[in-house]
Amino acid sequence: MVKDQTGSFELENVSVTYGKETAVAGVSMSVPSQAVTALIGPSGCGKSTLLRCLNRMNDEIGGVTVGGAILLDGADINARNVDPVELRIRVGQVFQKPNPFPMSVYDNVAYGPKTHGVRTRSDLDAIVEESLVRAALWNEVKGSLKKHAFELSGGQQQRLCIARALATEPEVLLMDEPASALDPISTQQIEDTIAELKDTVTIVIVTHNMQQAARISDRTAFMLRESMEAPATLIEVGDTRTMFTNPSDKRTEAYITGRFG
Amino acid sequence: MSRVRRARLAEAVAKAVMGAATLVVIGIALFLLGYLTYRGAPSVSWEFLSQAPRKAMTEGGIFPVIMGTVYLVMGTAAFALPIGIMAGVYLSEFAPRNLMTRTIRLAIANMAGVPSIVYGLFGFALFVMSLDLGVSVVAGALTLACLTLPVVITVTEESLRRIPLELRQASLALGASRMRTIQKVVLPAAAPGIVTGSILGLSRAAGETAPVLFTAVAFFAPMPSTPLDQTMALPYHLYIMATQAVRPAPHIVWGTAFVLVAGVSLINVIAAGWRSAQRRKIKW
Amino acid sequence: MSIEPLMTARGRTGRAAAIRRTAEAVTSGLIRASGWVSILILAAIASFLFLNASRALQEVGLLTMLTGDSWYPTSNDAQFGFIPMMVGTAWVTVTALVTAVPLGVASAVYISEFADGRIKEVSKSIIEVMAAIPSVVYGLLGIALLVPNVKSVFGLDTGLTAFTAGLVVGIMVLPTIVSISEDALHAVPDALRQGSAALGNTRWQTVWKVVLPSASSGIFAAVMLGMGRAIGETMVVLMLAGNAGIIPGNPFESVRTMPGTIAAEMGEVVRGGLHYSVLFVTGLVLFAVTFAINLAADLVLERQRKRWSR
Ligand SMILES: Nc1ncnc2c1ncn2[C@@H]1O[C@H](COP(=O)(O)OP(=O)(O)O)[C@@H](O)[C@H]1O
Ligand SMILES: [Mg+2]
Repeated sequence: MVKDQTGSFELENVSVTYGKETAVAGVSMSVPSQAVTALIGPSGCGKSTLLRCLNRMNDEIGGVTVGGAILLDGADINARNVDPVELRIRVGQVFQKPNPFPMSVYDNVAYGPKTHGVRTRSDLDAIVEESLVRAALWNEVKGSLKKHAFELSGGQQQRLCIARALATEPEVLLMDEPASALDPISTQQIEDTIAELKDTVTIVIVTHNMQQAARISDRTAFMLRESMEAPATLIEVGDTRTMFTNPSDKRTEAYITGRFG
Repeated sequence: MSRVRRARLAEAVAKAVMGAATLVVIGIALFLLGYLTYRGAPSVSWEFLSQAPRKAMTEGGIFPVIMGTVYLVMGTAAFALPIGIMAGVYLSEFAPRNLMTRTIRLAIANMAGVPSIVYGLFGFALFVMSLDLGVSVVAGALTLACLTLPVVITVTEESLRRIPLELRQASLALGASRMRTIQKVVLPAAAPGIVTGSILGLSRAAGETAPVLFTAVAFFAPMPSTPLDQTMALPYHLYIMATQAVRPAPHIVWGTAFVLVAGVSLINVIAAGWRSAQRRKIKW
Repeated sequence: MSIEPLMTARGRTGRAAAIRRTAEAVTSGLIRASGWVSILILAAIASFLFLNASRALQEVGLLTMLTGDSWYPTSNDAQFGFIPMMVGTAWVTVTALVTAVPLGVASAVYISEFADGRIKEVSKSIIEVMAAIPSVVYGLLGIALLVPNVKSVFGLDTGLTAFTAGLVVGIMVLPTIVSISEDALHAVPDALRQGSAALGNTRWQTVWKVVLPSASSGIFAAVMLGMGRAIGETMVVLMLAGNAGIIPGNPFESVRTMPGTIAAEMGEVVRGGLHYSVLFVTGLVLFAVTFAINLAADLVLERQRKRWSR
């Protein structure tokens, strides 16, 4: 479906400053394509901040400066000629709380393609169906696409948001604690969906649930803000299994074994 | 008497006094509405609503008068809604937090307190005289629009602020621009509040007399055929019939008053009902 | 299969995006411009009133008008003294506030602090309906219900007095005073009430010692806004105050008011004449007075909002 080996990120010495306060500094890591990368760390350590760099959502908050370089398939996404709109077509996002638009299931999914110029009804129908299938929601809503999105359950709403993000055919999907507002069964469904998606999409997921990171991710990055005065940094990044069984940094080990955070 | 008992007694007295004040206020409101209905409702008939006045306004109906008010309100909406909604969008979505924005907000609050007769003078000087629109529907509508703008701006801003940030982010993250996000997601979601609030503002304009006194109305005029014609209007008709009519026709006076209040209230109730139905459907 | 249309769409983005960006730049420019509309209109009101008032300001002089005690605008030796109508407006406003402030504030306290859910809802919506009644209808109700009674009860020659108009204006500004006072009381954090109750105070003691002092600036603003409305109210005074030219010594006389004078005489003056220009001076004075009152009230309300939003 998506061309092989696209949607990989390279971060070089990335830092983020809110006004005068530097929240994250010196993050260098790579995000391989078509794999799940988890960002873990105690809350307030800049996971969401870093994630928002990848689709330049930080641009939408006033007074945020991003330093260093972020390359998507080798191209700098902060370069002057990059339109954040086009970047966000390639890099989709799913948020912590399900946030469907106040419109029908169909219109939610069709919103992105319509925004980007798809007008034909049959094309839209096909995109909507395929996106819902990929988000594992099709079977539950295929008879009621006209239903208002708010009538779905919380878990269904979150999968609708995934489908909505998939409808623009992104190469990368950013997920910021996508299951933290959901019950265990819905969480399981979301995790299954992620497992299916990773063959076609690069996924970067923020989670503070370490079991979840261990279950679903291929690579894990651990971030930590060691004091309120200093910005958060990347402590360790690597293969998930290695990190959870044999972390190379003491602080990672302490966090994973639950001694702080 | 113990201190506690004294305190309890004071509380009972205070509560009774304030309860009585509330009853008086509500009693006045209900009595006035009841009296108006008692005097005015019997005059209302299909003929009264659908026919023109006859015999120097002492018989027949008030159809052209109603239509005059409808035209004035439609004109007011045509001017006040686009500008007011855009200004509300500006305040909620674009305005920086600085002294300028604070000044704008104060100006809006202050506009709401400018006496309606002052709007009338202003409308006369600017629209009737300087812009040479004459005493006309369009001059009256422009004047009423100035008076309605603060309402539209305020309800637009408040309705937009109720829309959660996450919804905007979802749209932006899909690669929609800020304008498209406002147009396709934020404004539609805020529409119930904006529409209802604006209708409340417009219905107040429908009942205003002083602003149209020198800008739009005549006691007797045929139905306006262009926006540059003079018009009759319910509040002005009521004023003249109540104070200056040569031959008094009480049933027409009370009927006109009842039609004005009932029309305005009916529209308000429908609008408010629609808004709460919409809001019940969409909970953030 | 679904990629195809999107890919073509993406292929088109060059041209489409340029059009989109232009359209959006225009819209957002319009939106930014309309942000200024309120300031623009206020400035336009001030300048157009001033422009039309300038002839009278030059030929008669502001001080002469403000201190003049007779109003004979149409006689050969025309006199344009504002004192009769300023005193008239003052009597109407005082009567209105004496009626509306105690009733309105007491109702607001009851509705906010003592009434339970249902009564609260019902009272608030009835008061909203009250606010939606046009002023000309209040004028009519005053003519029918109040004028004959004021005449007979107080044994006057006419029921068209400052007192009559003031009473009706007072009823009209009740909704303003009730709802803004209620907002001010509502804004007082519950923690303060609980803190006071925990010290063994009754509900009323809590209201008297804690809630009312905390909300006092908001209630003050409510009274100011009510006063601004009372000063500027036109139709009721035009219909009920009697419009006599003398300087009234008490509210039981027919009075001329500033808004009533403009409304009654504007239709009959020569456009551009001196009398016409004097009426604009009246409007300018009215505008300046209500502007100052409203600005003060708005500043108080703004400070109150900041205080509790922390
Ligand atoms: N919009 C913002 N404005 C200012 N500071 C922010 C903003 N968002 C986050 N921060 C700061 O950045 C730091 C990291 O926050 P965040 O990225 O949300 O952490 P996490 O997602 O790991 O919990 C925190 O100290 C937070 O206060
Ligand atoms: Mg976070």
